[in-house]
Amino acid sequence: MTCKCENNCADQKEQELLKIIEKHKGKKGALIPVLHDAQDLYGYLPLQVQKIISEQMNIPLAEIYGVVTFYTQFSLHKKGKYQIRVCLGTACYVKGSGKIYEELKKELNLSGDGTTEDGLFSLESCRCIGACGLAPVIMINDDVYGELTPADIPEIIKKYRDRKQGQ
Amino acid sequence: MSKMVTLTIDGIEVKAPEGSTVLEAAKLANIKIPTLCYLKGINEIGACRICVVDVGAKNLQAACVYPVAEGMKVITNSPKVREARRVTLELILSNHDRKCLTCVRNENCELQNLAKELHVDDIRFEGKTNEYTIDDFSDSIVRDPNKCILCRRCVSVCKNIQTVSAIETNERGFDTIVASPFNMSLKDTPCVNCGQCINVCPVGALREKDNIDRVWKALADPDLHVVVQTAPAVRVAIGEEFGLPIGTRCTGKMVAALKRLGFDKVFDTNTGADLTIMEEGTELIERIKNGGKLPLITSCSPGWIKFIEHNYPDLLDHLSTCKSPQIMLGAIIKSYYAKKMGIDPAKIFVVSVMPCTAKKFEVKRPELSATGYPDVDVSITTREAARMIKEAGIDFNSLPDEHFDDPMGDATGAAVIFGATGGVMEAALRTVVDLLTGKDNEDIEYKAVRGLDGIKVAEVKAGDLTLRAAVAHGLANARKIMDQIREGKADYHFVEIMACPGGCINGGGQPIQPAKVRNEIDVCAERAKAIYSEDENNPIRKSHKNEKIKKLYEEFLEKPGSRKAHELLHTHYHQRENYPEECCGIV
Ligand code: SF4
Ligand code: SF4
Ligand code: SF4
Ligand code: FES
Ligand code: FES
Repeated sequence: MTCKCENNCADQKEQELLKIIEKHKGKKGALIPVLHDAQDLYGYLPLQVQKIISEQMNIPLAEIYGVVTFYTQFSLHKKGKYQIRVCLGTACYVKGSGKIYEELKKELNLSGDGTTEDGLFSLESCRCIGACGLAPVIMINDDVYGELTPADIPEIIKKYRDRKQGQ
Repeated sequence: MSKMVTLTIDGIEVKAPEGSTVLEAAKLANIKIPTLCYLKGINEIGACRICVVDVGAKNLQAACVYPVAEGMKVITNSPKVREARRVTLELILSNHDRKCLTCVRNENCELQNLAKELHVDDIRFEGKTNEYTIDDFSDSIVRDPNKCILCRRCVSVCKNIQTVSAIETNERGFDTIVASPFNMSLKDTPCVNCGQCINVCPVGALREKDNIDRVWKALADPDLHVVVQTAPAVRVAIGEEFGLPIGTRCTGKMVAALKRLGFDKVFDTNTGADLTIMEEGTELIERIKNGGKLPLITSCSPGWIKFIEHNYPDLLDHLSTCKSPQIMLGAIIKSYYAKKMGIDPAKIFVVSVMPCTAKKFEVKRPELSATGYPDVDVSITTREAARMIKEAGIDFNSLPDEHFDDPMGDATGAAVIFGATGGVMEAALRTVVDLLTGKDNEDIEYKAVRGLDGIKVAEVKAGDLTLRAAVAHGLANARKIMDQIREGKADYHFVEIMACPGGCINGGGQPIQPAKVRNEIDVCAERAKAIYSEDENNPIRKSHKNEKIKKLYEEFLEKPGSRKAHELLHTHYHQRENYPEECCGIV
């Protein structure tokens, strides 16, 4: 892959990625460990990383993407400083976590799972996180917020925004 | 013969070969088990669970993958089984965009038929539904995930038969979707536009990009001289759209129908195929004599061309520079024919009826406009042509046989076999052997290159020269030959490659036969028989004996490979990136 943008940022990490691939290549079921290590390296698995893996391992990109999106441990989005996880598990869903998710999208100006432009927040929907008693639940990094209504969201987000400014 | 096992199905004793599935065994006993995702030889993965039966185990089992065993007792029709099938089907239907009336597959839909067969008169689960954007950015293929039932046939065909893998099953659970990576449009993937995915899709989730409106509009424009040309494979398949048996030859009726649609002329792409043989045969002989790049590889299949541009860009100079027959004919229509008739090429609108979806992409290649105008303006599939005929209220089956128009209406038997795998090779051999030996050879049926084996090879004597030929169809087979060539292990002179398995007769634009037909009948073989009988019934069976082609060279092109021929009939290729994107974005 040739990097076409100006900051030529990819080179160093790309070297490391190539080493990772080299390490696992040829072994049976090598793709999953490569994806793991690549995710550790970049924090997520964007198109460009998957393309390099595809070309180097001679596996079609579509197959790799299928695997990446099947397992919840892989992420397509760069994580924000504050990682918000919204539970869309059954208990939370029934108690309206869909609306919470919508509110978060609105507040963060995102169209779905993803990361805000300033890199401060990343939003990710997930399955049951084991706090059904508090449904509906979100987590921001290690903080758990339960029994939420959409009206609570702006204030919570503001707290983290202010934290940044205070630094 | 393999060992037989005895089992009972619904109380009937059945002997079935060891290793066969319950579904296959049931067929031997004439017991019908409903299926949905299963497509013989292509998709046997047990994905949909419509075919469940009771084999005495705790859970019902999918008959299409469950192997038979000695003494097994199978029940295919009990309240439990029927209810399980219905629940499965109702769940599929509850998340399906059920707008049958305006669906391209209305009345030719495996899901619709199944709902009727399983007597679904109500859908008890009105739950959440997915809403997806329709991908219609590709010039050839439209993908509507709202109608997808996740049978994965398209994934199998694209991955295993074509080795393209432009689509996969992504995400999981309720979010599962068949799509390209990162939900890209097929346009931005290595998809070759072959349309094989359309042909296997049981529902309306995949279809061709419909260009009918553009054709109607042109036909209604009094300033335009609108001509149509039809590919060899269309005439042996279009009848299926009107209920005729698979393999019915409908050349005359097809021409009659197109005339009634209002085209000013109905030309035969086969003339373009004869012309291709003249140009490509000459190119082959020149490459052999002058030490040019060998093997020479055919260039008639636009799906194959896009495949090599993506996957073997280092081998592009093996490709013949010949344009495909439809494009050649288009260029001749807008030059030679325009001049002869005194019509401004700007006012000529060329429509092609093709068995192919990749041709829609091909006609938009900017380099294919020899006269400054696109060589072909619009390409429609066999299915679209049939839709137009129906919409015009033409009773196809009662039409008289009519003949193609001059001067591009008389073609040879060599041209018509272009429609089947091995046909271009056989047609080329008929001409090349004559040209090399200076004789009118009588053995013209090269049976070694016919048939449905994935890769066929032949050695043919032409004077002192032994011509080594290879034929591949389906891109997985093409890949094998290309790998050999790349490794320097292929010493062929001439290689024919068609993107679609079986060749154009099984192109992605042909009438869609449902799994229940394809599981029983080899559709390719039936259509191929019709193609070869068109050839046998043609008094002229060698391209260089086509009087109209001779005249075309005399009056206009001078000789094969001339400067003028190169300007009009030849092209070039270029490397394509697999998933083009602008910026790397990695930090
Ligand atoms: S795919 Fe079949 S069931 Fe679905 S809308 Fe179309 S015709 Fe109806
Ligand atoms: S058109 Fe051919 S290459 Fe493209 S997705 Fe369908 S099967 Fe794959
Ligand atoms: S697009 Fe058609 S063939 Fe592909 S998985 Fe969906 S329903 Fe099946
Ligand atoms: S469903 Fe949300 S925490 Fe369990
Ligand atoms: S699981 Fe057997 S037909 Fe789908």
